[in-house]
Amino acid sequence: MDLAQRDERIDFEIGGCRMSARTISEKILSAKAGREVHAGEIVVCDVDHVLGTDASSPMAIDYFEKMGGERLFDPSRVLFAFDHYSPAANAKTEALHERVRVFAKRYGAELCDVGEGISFQLLAERGSALPGSLIVGADSHTVTAGALNLFATGVGSSDLAAAMITGKIWLRVPETIKVTLTGTRTAFLSAKDVALALVKLIGPEGANYQTLEFHGSALGAFSLEERMVICNLGVEMDAKAAIFPCDGATNEYLAGRKVGLDAPVTADIHAVYASDVSLDLSRLSPRVSLPHAPDNVVPIEQATGTPVQMVFLGTCTGGRARDFHEALDALDRAGGAVAEGVQLVVTPASREVEEQLRADGTLAAFEALGATITTTGCGACCGTSGVIPGDGMNVLSTANRNFKARMGNATASIYLASPAACGASAATGRITDPRAARRTSR
Amino acid sequence: MITLEGRARRLGDNVNTDYIIASTRKRETIDEQVLKQWLLETIDPGFAASVRDGDILVAGHNFGCGSAMEIAVTVVLAAGIKAVVAQSYSRTFYRNAINNGLIPVQCDTSGFGEGDRLTVTLDGANASVTNHTHQLTLTGPPISGIMLEILAHGGLVPYMREHHTLAPTHP
Repeated sequence: MDLAQRDERIDFEIGGCRMSARTISEKILSAKAGREVHAGEIVVCDVDHVLGTDASSPMAIDYFEKMGGERLFDPSRVLFAFDHYSPAANAKTEALHERVRVFAKRYGAELCDVGEGISFQLLAERGSALPGSLIVGADSHTVTAGALNLFATGVGSSDLAAAMITGKIWLRVPETIKVTLTGTRTAFLSAKDVALALVKLIGPEGANYQTLEFHGSALGAFSLEERMVICNLGVEMDAKAAIFPCDGATNEYLAGRKVGLDAPVTADIHAVYASDVSLDLSRLSPRVSLPHAPDNVVPIEQATGTPVQMVFLGTCTGGRARDFHEALDALDRAGGAVAEGVQLVVTPASREVEEQLRADGTLAAFEALGATITTTGCGACCGTSGVIPGDGMNVLSTANRNFKARMGNATASIYLASPAACGASAATGRITDPRAARRTSR
Repeated sequence: MITLEGRARRLGDNVNTDYIIASTRKRETIDEQVLKQWLLETIDPGFAASVRDGDILVAGHNFGCGSAMEIAVTVVLAAGIKAVVAQSYSRTFYRNAINNGLIPVQCDTSGFGEGDRLTVTLDGANASVTNHTHQLTLTGPPISGIMLEILAHGGLVPYMREHHTLAPTHP
């Protein structure tokens, strides 16, 4: 923060103690730094949880050893998840897995092996991702957990190793973009559409070094699972964290899961924001991100009719129960069968999601449709496990990144959309507006 | 003071870490000496074969966006590249660069071309680049606090070996 901004900060008094108005990010990082801190300061914070994946942990173990690490700061707060290579495709990848297994056993860290799910999804499901906490994960999409009113950020393997040893992370306290969602959510408007619209609005680096904090009358229209979708795409705007307030949806999700004490955080009314962005949901229509960049977002009308040969339902963006329900419903409305020449791939984000889908019949319905159902985890998203698209194929996906070669084939073109759009398109073989699917069935 | 001389290797905007090294390549090994043969293959299949020790990457906006994978920094270093000059960096790439001793200079690279002769200098907190081809010198914002300490140590490994913790820095 520069001095001009600091002068704008509104001070107030509580019990004779002079305080400055703060954002959620400033409050969480103040609590974790042990002193009042503001945007622009570089601080060392205590972390609540440290997450590694099979893609980042082998390298973190190298750094841990080179740093002279002898123990984990708190083994119960260190979790490794085998999500990117789930399952290992060959002996070399399996060797990387084994390295992490041996390390976890030796130092007492929790290991979630192949098929358990995506790291931060697992932390949330276990009720350990609590409002007010600070989570660092060696996975850029760790920001997803901010849906639970906490500060979650992605780091590399060396920062992960240092956090494993010290329980600390250095952070520049970020400025915050205030994102206000207003208006009334319309039928078939997915959280993914909101997220893609924000990526377009804010841009691929529009939130770099900054936090997105969500406000507005429309927040209540999104369940915790849906808020995760919106936070997830935060990193496609370069956001350091993306944070929702704690409300009924948060408490509903935490009920029966919560392990430990939460410390909900609200932004002060006079908190200083770097900028304001608002989105009126009443006017928002479904969106599609065109190849080869997530911010290449257009209203779905501009992409409808594009043939697709693969439809991928899954990942840390679109791999939760609600996403599969949305997709199946739209697929049913658009004809109820998978179009000839389309491969439908289904990858639940975690075992809990998979069991939920099994219990409610969704998995059986996808099986009956001839879908390829793969091991839970990140799946085909980054070409490291699951299905690789063929040469020249168009893929429509519920994931978050459509970089060239992202799914393991540089000649494939990846389009990103909501689960409903993916479901409808699987039925027609072309990118299809989920609202049109409704009209057809009537 | 650190001084590095080399030729510019020009890249564009929003070069993500998957473009630096594909996720599919690193699932079998994290040995950067092996992986460097595929450096930047998605956007320039000939890059890895043409890279020379001492080359300096010059990019546009948002260099290193996307995945936080640190291998995207260590593969660059393994190829003999010790500095990057970019208009801006994604925060995870920037952190990973500092943590591994890859010098990130942030400045207006719009006038830089492929093959320009460059000198990158890290003098205290100031990282700058001189473009001898276009006869201009640009200095980035100072590298501050613990970031400079980590970079001065040569990365987070030597920093941790000396301090055994992350020391709070006060403004």
